[in-house]
Amino acid sequence: MTTAVAHPPVDSHEGEHHEHPAWLAHHFDDAEQQFDAGKLGMWLFLVTEVLFFSGMFCAYALYRNRNPEVFEFCSTFLNEKLGAINTGVLLFSSLTMAWAVRASQLRETKTLIGMLAATLGCAAIFLGVKAVEYSHKWGLGLLPGNLYKSQIEGAPHSEVPYLWYLCIPPLVLLVCFVLYYVYGVVAASKFHLRIAGPLVVAAGCYFAGVGLGVFLESGEEHSSEHASAGHDEHAAGHDHSEDHAVVKPKVDFLGTTTGPLNDVAITPAESATPESDVNQKGMAGLFFSIYYCMTGVHAIHILGGMLVITWLIVKAANLEFHSKYYGPVDNVGLYWHLVDFIWIYLFPLLYLIT
Amino acid sequence: MSVVTNPVTMPAPIAEAGKEDNYLTHSSGFLSWALTLDHKRIGVMYLVCIMSAFALGGTLALLIRLHLWNPNLDPTQALFSNKQYNQIFTLHGAVMVFLFIIPSIPAALGNFLLPIMLGSKDVAFPRLNLGSFYLWIVGAIFFLFSIFATGLDTGWTFYTPYSIESQGPVVAATMGVFVLGFSSIFTGLNFIVTINTMRPPGMTWFRMPLFLWAVYSTSIIQVLATPVLGITMLLLAAERVLGIGIFDAKLNGDPVAFQHFFWFYSHPAVYIMILPAMGIISELMSVHSHKGIFGYRMIAYSSVAIALFGFLVWGHHMFTSGMADVTTIVFSALTFTVSIPSAIKVFNWVGTMYKGTVSLNTPMLYALAFIFLFTIGGLTGLSLGALSTDMHLHDTYYVVAHFHYVMMGGTLVAFLGGLFHWWPKMTGKMFNDFFGIVSAAIVFVGFNLTFLPQFVLGTRGMPRRYASYQIEFQDLHRMSTIGAVMLGIGLLVALVTLIHSLMFGKKAPRNPWGGATLEWECSSPPPHDNFSSAPSVGDPYEFGNIEYDSKSGGYVKKK
Amino acid sequence: MSAPTQEHSHDALGHGHGHGHDGEFSHPMPIWMLLTVFVALLALTVLTVYQSTFSLGNIEVWLSLTIATVKAGLVIAFFMHLLWDKPLNAIIILSSLVFVALFLGFTMMDAQGYRENLIMKPTLDDSQPAAMDVPVSK
Repeated sequence: MTTAVAHPPVDSHEGEHHEHPAWLAHHFDDAEQQFDAGKLGMWLFLVTEVLFFSGMFCAYALYRNRNPEVFEFCSTFLNEKLGAINTGVLLFSSLTMAWAVRASQLRETKTLIGMLAATLGCAAIFLGVKAVEYSHKWGLGLLPGNLYKSQIEGAPHSEVPYLWYLCIPPLVLLVCFVLYYVYGVVAASKFHLRIAGPLVVAAGCYFAGVGLGVFLESGEEHSSEHASAGHDEHAAGHDHSEDHAVVKPKVDFLGTTTGPLNDVAITPAESATPESDVNQKGMAGLFFSIYYCMTGVHAIHILGGMLVITWLIVKAANLEFHSKYYGPVDNVGLYWHLVDFIWIYLFPLLYLIT
Repeated sequence: MSVVTNPVTMPAPIAEAGKEDNYLTHSSGFLSWALTLDHKRIGVMYLVCIMSAFALGGTLALLIRLHLWNPNLDPTQALFSNKQYNQIFTLHGAVMVFLFIIPSIPAALGNFLLPIMLGSKDVAFPRLNLGSFYLWIVGAIFFLFSIFATGLDTGWTFYTPYSIESQGPVVAATMGVFVLGFSSIFTGLNFIVTINTMRPPGMTWFRMPLFLWAVYSTSIIQVLATPVLGITMLLLAAERVLGIGIFDAKLNGDPVAFQHFFWFYSHPAVYIMILPAMGIISELMSVHSHKGIFGYRMIAYSSVAIALFGFLVWGHHMFTSGMADVTTIVFSALTFTVSIPSAIKVFNWVGTMYKGTVSLNTPMLYALAFIFLFTIGGLTGLSLGALSTDMHLHDTYYVVAHFHYVMMGGTLVAFLGGLFHWWPKMTGKMFNDFFGIVSAAIVFVGFNLTFLPQFVLGTRGMPRRYASYQIEFQDLHRMSTIGAVMLGIGLLVALVTLIHSLMFGKKAPRNPWGGATLEWECSSPPPHDNFSSAPSVGDPYEFGNIEYDSKSGGYVKKK
Repeated sequence: MSAPTQEHSHDALGHGHGHGHDGEFSHPMPIWMLLTVFVALLALTVLTVYQSTFSLGNIEVWLSLTIATVKAGLVIAFFMHLLWDKPLNAIIILSSLVFVALFLGFTMMDAQGYRENLIMKPTLDDSQPAAMDVPVSK
């Protein structure tokens, strides 16, 4: 723990640059220059990310400005409870990430790995909840653009168990990570255990997110039923209350719909806009295009973040970070906060339209 | 960023063993190139690949011109079918823009020169640098795929709605553009960080060679504009795969929005193409006039100004696309602002030559050709930026001629000039100056013969991208085709001159032209580490203490 | 660029690196500050959800965007410790917002202008009900 150099330097010019430790690249003069360069590079990369997302925000602004009623109609299909929870989860992951940066600066390796694991876990919860949201919408035919199915009573609904499909890759990963953990135990390798532990927890967190999503999504019909009534009836109970005349479909946690069909489309019809105008491919479909593009690209960024956080955990388990070399943690942190930053805007813009 | 030093170039330098160590001989074997982190080798690999892309794009251009030798009013008699013609001009445009011009100067010459001119050992992120090279390769593979697949026929601009309906491999091409965009972003990011953080002591901002100012400005555009192209291409791919409808009028999408998205990148991209060329010309003018650059600061500032103004004018590509009247007027007015920094540069280059000792060698002739051609290209741009004349000239050969004067007469000619200028530094070999001059002359005449008639064609109403034309345009089209063949011959002469120098060229001295920037202080070709000790940084355009040394055949610093 | 706290990370390396630098450039954030920012962010999230339950018309989107911007500002200033970072990095990230504004501004301005020329298909006109999805309400 006292030595920063875990591996012998691989620099062939070791003779020339004998002052260079392994963590300092040969073309940098000192640790601070290396850190500044990495950090500036990261900020520039974040600039590209901001502009990358700006295209979708531009599309959003164009169509919301043109058809505000479509956005009002469609956002009733989004479960704002799940959105709010995901916001909280991401904010918490930002906290743990910032904490991880602090731990890396102070060489608190245990805290560092713990915080990185928490960040990874939050990311997994976020994706789990997102998987429930997506599969639920796919089941209802709330698909982008041309694939959109008008939300009317009697329309056929998909029986495809989308949520199962979305659970297969994490399940495979979970099994792999558990095996890896077992390997770590057998080999009695602290290094491997330090890595495998967080990975197992993260993969498990995905299913916790799915469970949470399923639990809350069962109240989805409520929120959409009541959306046009001014959101004032958010009762405490999430069960299918009996006081509704219309028999609601039961969307089970696999995203498949059973029972009479969801008539969520009916409620907005009572508002000023004729429903037939908005409830079609070129209107609501366009909203869902934007919704899927924005949240989908954001989710891809979460996945990318999870990969680099895993890389950080490996490096942290290898005891590589210290007060002169914590740039990777700091830079991944910046990236992670930006992903959070984007979500901070996505949440009110997509979920909270009244 | 942790950057471990190159594990590939393991063999220790054999400097003492008689043979001089340089970046080319530092290590050998395929992997020592394929996995190199040395910016010089990456620059050379870029150069080879980019020139191959240029050869491909140039061949396609010749095919276009050969097709237009005849009016083709009867399609059965034509060299290519109309469909094939559409594919050929699409690929010509896409290959030239995305595979050649955008990476040409920054990625090839910039990579090689930037750290040396700056006096640093490497770029800030050598692995990212290698990564962007391989991204370029991947993007190029996507493009080659779209050539050998059913054929892309949307034009390089991928305008919707046609790109949604076209039978061509639009998704492959958009993914190619997406990947190439990231290659470009990472190159730009790397250069900005390098210039900001890797300058050695004494290298202040205003002691930087103007080529670096130009590359820096280019990098700003690459970082700021290219991501928008990335998302545009992703949305277009999603449009084709899923039918998301954002740009599809059939689903109430907005095709004009696509053009806004596209030109928000692609207009600044025009400055990605031309700014580094301007940087090269600043170097060439000063070195080959053996006189300090006139108006250093103004040239430096105008590079940044062009980069920033470039973001304000994209709407002038869309005057006839259904934009609102007020926006067209605003964009038209803003367009003229770009001409100010451009004119400042031309004025300063001419001012640099005044009372200088001008050596009329190959690089300088290319530089002079640049000034002539770029000025024509720039001035004809004014009539396209003006709303009223653009309504008439939009989508005619006038536009084709205009941007070829800027892109080819500007960027390509400057690229060739820069290539000849730094060729001795890159390869350690002198080329035959006579044949270089011949190539410059043929390129200049051939270029004008190709594109001057196109201005006339355009004003007379010949639309661009048409596979056939009225008989009255035939003479001008034939002039253009003859010019294109001549241009091709000129470029071949240049290529042969360079290849000949590799085999039979004299050994290049350290400083063959009498330049004062840092790259002339290290040997030709430069050693693996560029500078064994930090170089002393002086004024990059101070020639007073440099004199010709007949012993070495190059220039040396006065003792 | 002062450290947000008096805490100093100990130099675990024990040796300098020969360039005369002090070499200490890390500024660990104090835990209380991280937690405070997190609580503030949560509170603002609750506020924005609560705010959306009122019908405020046109202001609403601007209000929620303002709250989002405050949140984003907190994240950038503290979690991304931009307040203690080099000014250049702050300029860079803020200038990106300028270019986003430019992009959105011009495009939106233009879209407003040509809006009257748009033909929405299927039309929004009441006289032409979209036959394909007649609502079956109630």
